[in-house]
Amino acid sequence: METQKSYLIHFIILLLLLVVTFLLNVSLGSVSIPFNEVISGIFGGETSKSSWQFIVFDYRLPKAFTAILAGGGLAVSGLLMQTLFRNPLAGPFVLGLSSGASLGVAFLILGAGIFGGALGGLLLSSWSLVIASALGSFLVLLAVLSVSFKVKDTMTLLIIGLMFGSVTAAIVSVLSYFSNAEQLQQFVFWSFGTLGNVSWQGIFILSLCVVFGLLLSFVSIKPLNALLLGENYAKSMGINIKKTTLYIILATSLLAGSITAFAGPIAFVGLAVPHLTRQYFTTSNHLVLLPAVLISGAILMLVCDTVAQLPFTEYTLPINAITSLLGAPVVIWLLVRKRKLLF
Amino acid sequence: MVIGSEKKITILMTSENKHSVLEISELAIGYISKKKTTIVSEGINFSINKGELVGLVGTNGIGKSTLLRTLAGMQSALKGAITINDTPLNQYSSLQLANKLSIVLTEAPASSNLSVLELISLGRQPYTNWVGKLSETDKEIIQKALKATETESLANQKCYELSDGQLQRVMIARALAQDTQLILLDEPTTHLDLYHRAYILKLLKRLAIESGKTILFSTHEIDLAIQLSDKMLVMTSEKTHYNSPENLIRQGCFETLFPKETIHFDPEMKRFVLKN
Repeated sequence: METQKSYLIHFIILLLLLVVTFLLNVSLGSVSIPFNEVISGIFGGETSKSSWQFIVFDYRLPKAFTAILAGGGLAVSGLLMQTLFRNPLAGPFVLGLSSGASLGVAFLILGAGIFGGALGGLLLSSWSLVIASALGSFLVLLAVLSVSFKVKDTMTLLIIGLMFGSVTAAIVSVLSYFSNAEQLQQFVFWSFGTLGNVSWQGIFILSLCVVFGLLLSFVSIKPLNALLLGENYAKSMGINIKKTTLYIILATSLLAGSITAFAGPIAFVGLAVPHLTRQYFTTSNHLVLLPAVLISGAILMLVCDTVAQLPFTEYTLPINAITSLLGAPVVIWLLVRKRKLLF
Repeated sequence: MVIGSEKKITILMTSENKHSVLEISELAIGYISKKKTTIVSEGINFSINKGELVGLVGTNGIGKSTLLRTLAGMQSALKGAITINDTPLNQYSSLQLANKLSIVLTEAPASSNLSVLELISLGRQPYTNWVGKLSETDKEIIQKALKATETESLANQKCYELSDGQLQRVMIARALAQDTQLILLDEPTTHLDLYHRAYILKLLKRLAIESGKTILFSTHEIDLAIQLSDKMLVMTSEKTHYNSPENLIRQGCFETLFPKETIHFDPEMKRFVLKN
């Protein structure tokens, strides 16, 4: 695919923004720490107070990395969904992927009681959360996709996605009704979405999943571009539609599933970031869009997290609320300004 | 006398470089579902040579699109043989077929945010590497496609900014960029005004003569197709006729196309006229 211009400068600006928002994110928090102390904390050096070293290295840094992984990963999965379904409103949240993931997690956390205490504790390790959540989103995506072979109208498909979301939400309600207060609280806190609860080990698992999902996405760049013309044209240019669809589904459910497992369901990033990126990168070429969306998603999530932690106060707002508060107006603004969302 | 000698020359010419690009024998087309098989049309026989422009006409729902979709390998034939360049269609992998055959469909590109240049360069996909990087040769072929369809000035525009006529030219340019011997077009003149309909068909004619492309297009522009096509496929509910427009007129083929109460074919004027 030929693009008119090189987007090198755009990418340099984005990367600079990423560094700035990253530093901003780690230097702001409930405890006020001087900037140079933060820097030395990042690199594991000595800080004036040993607690600062702990706060920066064991709390703020993992949180910032989670924000980068979650923001970038969700934004890329949104882009993949929009191209696969050829619908500008597609995204991991709208199509019920996140609800699927939450269903998986609900079964795990709320259903843990059924298996008894000891076994339940074992089940709740980071890995099982990831597997349950990825499995949940994968199943919902498969369901949506199998319907999409029958229903060609993408609007109908989105409504069906929303219905799947309702059904999973209903099942979660039923599960909640039968579970005890402690489990319920654990699940509710997970569903608020938080970037701060991920340990370095968790980040390792999360980044493995995200990197693998991204690899699958990058392998699909060429078929993704072909899909912009529609399935029939893509086929006529020698693209293996079945394989491509499988790769894209695997990539999205890995990305959305693992991120939702660690950070909870996070709305609007997947839907809004690809559209925002297209305002700046006026190309449809996924070779440019994919990395651009990845970096933009990371930046947006770092900003949202910085706002969510309400600097210099002891309160932290649920990240899900902030992304919705920022994301929904952005989508409305785009719709009003362009009258039509293009992808 | 004059007509006779002209015919002799054409026969000589075709026999000289006769190379059949697309050959169809006893083809039956239609749909297979779990419950039943629906035959849309059967007993289709024809063979198109290199550099020929062939118009496919017939009433709505007679199976023109089904035939084109079957020839493009988008749905399977119920019966009979399709041979492209002496090789049966089902022996090609989808990538090999993409080197032989390109299509222009009635559907608009799924993403209207594509720029014209991006869209046309997608035609190079069968030849590019895994990320679709364009070589100098690829870029040259894209420029040639832009030039042939007179879309150079549109190159940086987005698809949603184009008129129907412009978009159709761009879709043809994409098929040209795919650089295939055979091009199939499904109703390339729909939604266009008279000028653009004539423009598109003349463009196809020029491509067949100058670039030696073999082109099969379906259309409702029977009058224009008669004037431009080398051969024509006329699909009726009884039979599919294949011949040169002159012979088809002589055989009275077009008269059977529509019910005679409203319009009838005038063989002298080579076009349909309203019945008073």
